[in-house]
Amino acid sequence: MGLSLETIIFYILAVAISVFSVLTVVTTRIVRSATYLLFVLIATAGIYFMLGYTFLGSVQIMVYAGGIVVLYVFSILLTSGEGDKAEKLKRGKFLAGLGAAVAGGVIILFITLTHQFKPTAQIEPVEVSIKSIGHALLGGEKYGYVLPFEAVSILLLACIIGGLLIARKR
Amino acid sequence: MTIHMEYYLVVSAIMFFAGIYGFFVRRNTLAILISIELILNATDINFAVFNRFLFPDGLEGHMFALFSIAISAAETAVAIAIMINIYRNIRSIQVKNLNEMKW
Repeated sequence: MGLSLETIIFYILAVAISVFSVLTVVTTRIVRSATYLLFVLIATAGIYFMLGYTFLGSVQIMVYAGGIVVLYVFSILLTSGEGDKAEKLKRGKFLAGLGAAVAGGVIILFITLTHQFKPTAQIEPVEVSIKSIGHALLGGEKYGYVLPFEAVSILLLACIIGGLLIARKR
Repeated sequence: MTIHMEYYLVVSAIMFFAGIYGFFVRRNTLAILISIELILNATDINFAVFNRFLFPDGLEGHMFALFSIAISAAETAVAIAIMINIYRNIRSIQVKNLNEMKW
């Protein structure tokens, strides 16, 4: 039985996410770190597309890859000099961090792989129509999300004002 | 050959613990923020995967991931404003130089 195209794409995305997310945290130069983060975010959008959540994937690309990474690169270029490298940690602290991450990862992977999830039928990644997303996002009845929607708009307003207040020149 | 739900969860677990590792080990505040982005992104994948595989009729995980993206964008913007302000005041954003909160 050959590999289907979907499986091949999934494995490519999975390998890209794993490799680039590890590279993001182990590389010593912070600009490279931001670039690898961009690759991870784009591959995540690919995962959303594979699941059929096209709108979520495009929001991911627009907000993360288009907005947040640009912010990161700007602030990195503003705040770090030419040859900035990550400083060496003490060996004990480094090993403690590595040990905590690896131990947590092993526990979570063990639980994930041994737990029997509710067997689901063959999942067809049907695309969620934008109409139903819009109705859910602005619906006031059950399964409507108008209240969190408005809360997020207030949060964004507070964020604009806060950002201006914090970053302005005194 | 189908793609099981666990495969997605393994990918997001690797991403999550890469973020945890970076959060513990890096000593640059912007690198710590980048690690936080990795952690948030891994949780978003989990929301979408659980929604698709366990509750394919609902939209809850999808909406939660959507709101989580919006909130993490806001968080990043404010955090970067704080970093720029710190840099303006003490000319460095390394954690070891941040030993007083007063300017």
